[in-house]
Formats: sequence, structure tokens, C-alpha cells
Amino acid sequence: MALVATAVALIPLGYLLLRAGQQGLPAWLDTVFTWRSGRLAATSVALAAVVTAASLVIGVAGAWLVTRAAVPHRRLLAVLLALPLAVPSYVAAFTWVSVADLWNGAPGGRFEGFAAACVVLTLYTYPYVFLPVASALSRVDAGQEEAARSLGRGPFNTLVTVTLAQVRPAIVGGGLLASLYVLSDFGAVSILRLDTYTRAIYTAHTVGFNRDQALSLATLLVLLTGLILWGEGATRRAGTRYASTRPGRPAGVADLGPWRWPAATGLWAVVLVALGVPAVSLVRWTVAGTSLADAWGRIGEAAAGSLTLSLLGAVVTTVLALPIGILVARHHGRLTRFVERAVYLAHGLPGIVVALALVFFGVTVVLPLYQTSWLVALAYATLFLPLGVAAVVGAAAQAPPSLEEVGQSLGATPAEMFRRVTVPLTLPGIGAGAALVFLAAMKELPATLLLRPTGMETLATRLWSATGVGRYAEAAPYALLLVLLAAVPTWVIVQRSGIVRPAPSDATVVEDGALLAPAPAAPLLVDSVSGEVGNLGAVTGPTTLRRPVEDVQS
Amino acid sequence: MNHRRTPLALALPLAVVLGLTACSGGQPSTDTATAPAPDTAGATGEATGEGTTGAPTEGDGQLTLYSGRNEELVQPILDRFTEETGIEVDVRYGDTAGMAAQLLEEGDRSPAEVFLAQDAGALGAVSQAGLLEALPQETVDAVPESYRSTDGDWVGLTGRSRVLVYNPDQVSEDELPQSVDELVSQEWKGRVGVAPTNASFQSFITAMRVMEGDEAARAWLEGLAANDPQIREKNGHIVADVDSGAIDAGLVNHYYVHELAQEKGVDPQDLSVRMHFFGAQDTGALVNVSGAGLVGEQPDGDAQALIDYLLSEEGQSYFVEETNEYAMIEGAEAPQGVPSLDELEAPQVNLNDLDDLEQTIEMITQAGLL
Repeated sequence: MALVATAVALIPLGYLLLRAGQQGLPAWLDTVFTWRSGRLAATSVALAAVVTAASLVIGVAGAWLVTRAAVPHRRLLAVLLALPLAVPSYVAAFTWVSVADLWNGAPGGRFEGFAAACVVLTLYTYPYVFLPVASALSRVDAGQEEAARSLGRGPFNTLVTVTLAQVRPAIVGGGLLASLYVLSDFGAVSILRLDTYTRAIYTAHTVGFNRDQALSLATLLVLLTGLILWGEGATRRAGTRYASTRPGRPAGVADLGPWRWPAATGLWAVVLVALGVPAVSLVRWTVAGTSLADAWGRIGEAAAGSLTLSLLGAVVTTVLALPIGILVARHHGRLTRFVERAVYLAHGLPGIVVALALVFFGVTVVLPLYQTSWLVALAYATLFLPLGVAAVVGAAAQAPPSLEEVGQSLGATPAEMFRRVTVPLTLPGIGAGAALVFLAAMKELPATLLLRPTGMETLATRLWSATGVGRYAEAAPYALLLVLLAAVPTWVIVQRSGIVRPAPSDATVVEDGALLAPAPAAPLLVDSVSGEVGNLGAVTGPTTLRRPVEDVQS
Repeated sequence: MNHRRTPLALALPLAVVLGLTACSGGQPSTDTATAPAPDTAGATGEATGEGTTGAPTEGDGQLTLYSGRNEELVQPILDRFTEETGIEVDVRYGDTAGMAAQLLEEGDRSPAEVFLAQDAGALGAVSQAGLLEALPQETVDAVPESYRSTDGDWVGLTGRSRVLVYNPDQVSEDELPQSVDELVSQEWKGRVGVAPTNASFQSFITAMRVMEGDEAARAWLEGLAANDPQIREKNGHIVADVDSGAIDAGLVNHYYVHELAQEKGVDPQDLSVRMHFFGAQDTGALVNVSGAGLVGEQPDGDAQALIDYLLSEEGQSYFVEETNEYAMIEGAEAPQGVPSLDELEAPQVNLNDLDDLEQTIEMITQAGLL
């Protein structure tokens, strides 16, 4: 089951190997091992490294400030900080360039290149770090921090060695998503004229109709993704962390004193710049252009198209993510590690490569589904499976097997257990994952363009065709609606994450606790993000009473 | 203990998947409800499959078009076609290169019957893969020889000329160059906008290679790169920047001036930007085309009817008036505000010879412009 689901994520890889094989090894080597290819790869890696590092700084600092520090209006800030996720990178880059042009009409001073790409990508990528880290921080057990402080560690030392260490899987997971996003991004780098590996793939493909070269280059991107995944795996092995499924007490909020003002100013600056620039541009397009705004019916049709495809994509992706997530959460071994990594491989590939792979898969394997919504949904699943799997793994950790055992021992039928325990505990997490996939699918363009049913339009495709002929006034409502609709799942994710208020799943545990949960003296130690379990380290203090899940299982 | 739980844990996804599979039978009807066009993939796929036995003239009143040209420019004339002939056109809009790649991937299973492309290069690539059907001689003959395929499997529908757009406040008339060769001189340093990622720029460089040889083209590219060119992503951006005075001049296709005037809601004359047509068969005066071809074996004459309609007086005058492009057929009027096709001193280059894009891109890249 899980393997079948994983195979979906491996379609592009299979396709790339097939095409590279047809081309032959010498031709492949000639294309991939060139001086230019190396330079492009270096640019891509450098960009991914800088953006990921900057995203980690903004994401982790922002997450800590809004969840654990007394920053003014921190709940509002928590929502606003997540919103840049709703802005597609191509819209972001385009609006940044047009706003920057207001300042420098002079030749030569254009907003483009490496630094510009770093700024734009960071501002719209950091929520991939911010969201999981904020969510994890809001669930951190206060007991461990207090123990560390009582044993003589300073506040900063405690923050780094205890608090952040506990949410490290969330930080690393977010950084992984951010780096793969940057690696596969085409929209922003093409508009900001930075020659990256992905841009070269598009150039080879679109201007030279040179499919073989494009695909050969893409194989190297798979190798790069593999390297990043290997690196992520290495940091994970370096240490295992835990958070309990429910905090004994809500963790306290740090008083920053006068520092709260610069901290708040910094966060507001990020929010205002990231959201303000697109807003200014969209208003300007609307005012400056006279291309007739489309009839509401046409806009509504595109919105319906976007919602249909994204919803279907979210459902299919989540269904495929369930068996993989459960396997990863509950079984540990070589196969599990392979499956967990494999789903990420397509995530670092440009949309156009995945789209072509799905065209090939569509016409050769599932012809009746070709150019139907189902194949688009499958493409979304291929692209965004990691988002769904991460959510399921996290959710499965909320409902450890021991709860089912307890239930069974108390006479509950499996169906009853499933309905009363498993579903209420895991649904919020899985729902948040589905919302994230939905959001990513709304913003997706290349695969949607190639695979959508003939005649079907989405907000992204309409936006693309309007800007394609310079009709910016006409494009503005599509861009605006796209961002607004994408903001809805973002809001859902923020709500579900428990950043704004305590996570609803905690309440469920308490509610059912009297009947089903293990004795309070022995709550489970499960990492809320990666589902990993392990023995407590030196800093656990009073929590040593707790037992790892594996003991319960064995 | 794990083994007892596993079936339960896996039951949910399995059930959902089975449920989905069960639903998928009924999907086409749902699709029809949400998508504006009916489920075309299945219908046309079938039609293409039956192509060998179907009578060539009696159409099913429906055809599938892959359009690499923008919906804003193309849909109005397609609507008129449907009104006049009763043939429904299901259009897939995309970018020309993407559609070409899609057609190559689909091969003979493509649901497309017609491919409408933004440039000759894409049609050439699809033609080379043997995916285009020969057009009737009558259709081919309607278009001048240099603007159609030598194999007779695609024709140009509209022509566009390369021009130098300039802002008269910054460039005086006597300063205007006679040839693109002057643009790499010191006099034009930092003043010329180009869009090297654009197919129109690449065709222009390919033409330069064909006419003057690779060495000359390489030297020109290097001269341009060393002359601080103003690089933009699209032709439209160059025209807008020249109009606003941000850059002095730029190399683009002629109809982008018309496009900017439309977006601003003014007459092209009221814009600041002006067009300078190169003469004396300079490479800078290259005329390229957008065109169309029939994809795969045709089930009926519907697709052919569309191409003939687009080449009719009505179809051609639509493009002249609405998109400001040149008509391909004889006797048509010139677009407003530009010299006629006959008055242009375009270089004598056969568009079929502009197929070596790979080498062109390599050269543009090496010059540091891509």
C-alpha cells in the first residue's frame, strides 16, 4: 500500500531514467558534466543555502517571539507571518520588480540577480520554517525548561539547548522544505534573472525544444536533492528529541523588557514588506491599465477551476500520504527510511519536468485519465506528497498504538476505537497537511498548464495568460483572488497548529483521558513532528518518570 | 502486537482509495459540470483512433486545438469561426514551447488536431518528429514560399517584423541606425534593450548566423554583451520602459507597441515610443511568422476548415486589425501605423533554415546574455 503510494512520487524519476537511458551514457555525461552545468549547480546550491539559512533565522526567531515571548499583538503577528505563504513566487517576484522600478528608472540599477532572488525567495519561503516550528514550540513541555533552569542553566542556554533542541525536527523539516522549494523554483529566478539550474532546464526545454538536454540536466537536480536528504538524515541521527503528546502545563511567556519593541518592529517589517509590495503593485496595475476587467462569470469559472483541482489534489495526496505516513510513524527500518526519503525526490524537481513525466505516464499507462482532473490531481500528489506525509506522521504521533491497546483492553471494538480515538486525535493534523497541499496546488502553474482538462482554466492559468500579453489590469483580480483564496488554507493551518490558541487535539486527549489514556504518570514520549521516539537525555529532570513508546509496544 | 493493528490502520486509506476508484467511472460527468468545455480528451482520442475509417469530409462538428498563442488574441476569431461553420473548437491554451514539448511527448496519441504556434521554430520541431500531416496544396499555396514549411506541413498565418523602438526625447531621428551592427558601437552603450530569453530574439540571431555566418553573429553578440545592454524578460517590458524613458531604445517585434497602446487605452500615436524599421535587407528587418499545422491523422475536415478560415480574408483581416500583425495572403491591407509587407525591405531568409536554435542558444549563453 505504502509502496504503491510511494511509486507515485517516483514517476518522474522513472521517466528521467528512461529518457536518459534512451540517450545513452556518453551523451548524458556530455550534457551534465560541463563547466556551465557546474556553475549553474553552484549558483543553485548557494541560493538554496542562503535562502534556507535566512528562512531559518526569520522562521525560528519569528516562531519563538510569537509563541513564547511577550511581543505586542503576537497573535495577530502569528497569523500575518504565515500569510506570505499564500503569495506564489512568480507573483511575488513580478510585483517586487515593478515596485523597484518606481525607484530606479536609471539604467543599470535594476532589481535583479543573486541578492534580489535571495530577498524575494526568503520572504515567501520562511513560512515553511515558521509554521512547523511555531506549532512545535506551542506544544513544548514547560517542565523540561524549568528543570534545566533549576539545574543552573541560564535563560539563553536553556533556549538553545533545551527549547530549540526539542523542536529541532520541526526546524530541520522546515529547512528541508524551504531548500527544496528554492531548488525547484523557476518563477522567481526567471523574473529576477538569476541563472540557476532550474532556469537552465526551462531554457533548454522552452527555447531550444531540447527535451533531452532539459531532462539530462534534471537528473543532476535529483542527485542534489538526494544529497540534501542525506544531509537532513544525518542531522536527525545526530540526536533524538522528544516532546510529550500534551504539555503538562502551558509553557510560560518570556518577558523581553525593552527588547520587545525592536523585536516587534522586526516582525512587522517582514510582514509589511512581504505583503505590502505585492499589494502596492496589484493596486497600481488596476489603476494604471485599461484592459477590461473580465466578467465576474469568467473570474468565477477560474476560481471554481482552481478550487476543484486543488481540492481533488489535496484529497488524492492525503489518501496517498496516509499509508506512507502511518508506515513511517509506526515502523522503523531500512525500508521506511527509503520510503520517507523517496517521497521528497520529486519535490526538488521543476514543475515542468514532473508535468512532462505525467504527460508520458498519462498517454502510455492511463490514457483514459489523460487530460482529466484526476491526472492533474496525481501530478499534485507527485509534487506535494512530502507535505502530506509530514502531516500524517505528525498526526499519527498524536495517536500512539498504545492508546488503541488500552481501548481494546477495556473492551472497545476496533471500529469504536477508530471512531472515538484514532480519528479525533489524528484528523486535525491530517487536515492541516491537506490544507498545505491545497495551498501549494493553488499556486502551481507548469503542471496545471500541461495537464488540465482542455478548456478548463484556473486562477493561475488566467493570471499567466493575462500577463503574457501585458494586460496587467486584467491580471490583477486573478492575482488578488489567488492570494485571498490561498490565505484561507493558510489561516486553517495557523488555527490547527495551535499557535494562536492551544491545539484542539490536546483537549481531546484530556476529554477522553479518563477512559482511555494511560495513567498520567506515564504519558507517552513521542516527537510531535517526526514521530521519533527514544530515551531521555541528561536534561529531562522530573520527566524521567515517563517511558518511551517502544517499551509499551514491545 | 503490531500485526493486529496494521490491518485496521491500513483499512481507512484502502477504503478511501476504493471509494475513489469507484467514483472515477462517473467522473467525466462531474468534469463536464465544472469545466466550461465538455470532456474532450476521451471524445477526441476516440475520434483520432477511428480516423482511418471515417469519411474525410463529413465532420463531427468538433475539433481540438492546441494554441501556443494567447487566448486574449485568438479566442475572438475562434468564436467567429464556430458561428460561421458550426464547428465547436475545444482549445487548450499554453505557451508555444510547452505545447511543442507536450505534442512530442504525446506522439501519435495526441488528442490535438491543430497546433497553433507563436513561432516557426516550434512548428519545425513538431514537424521534424513527423507529427504534422501534409496540408492540401491549395492551402500551402495561399502563403508565400518563405513563410511556410518546405514539406508543406505548416503555414504561416501572421507576420511580424523586428523593429527598433525608441523614445524620441532621447534618440533624435538622424541618430537612428541603418543596421543592427551600429547598436554594438560606443554610441549606443547602455541604451539598447533586448530580451534574450525570448524566441523572437533567438530567431533573429539564428537569421544573422544564416545570413552572415556564425563568426559574425558571435562577434555581434559579444559586442552587444560588452555594450551594457538593458536586458528584460519580455518584449512588452522593453516597449514599456522605452515609452517611459527608462531606456532609450530596444529590439522587439513591431506589434508590442500596439499591445502597450491597448493596455493604456490610447492610440499608438499618443505614446512616446516610436518604431524604426531597418531597411536594405538588414538582419534587423527580419519578418517571422506565427503559424499552424494539422496534428496527426485527421478524422475529418474540421481542422482543415479552421486553418482555411484563418487564411481567409475575414480571418486575416482580424489579425491585421486586432493584433496589428501582417496578413499572409495577397491583397490584404497593412496593419495600422506601419509600412506594408511589400514596403518592408526584409532580408531574404527562408524560415525553414532557422531551425538550429540549439547552437544559437549556446552562442547567446556564451556571450553572457542568457
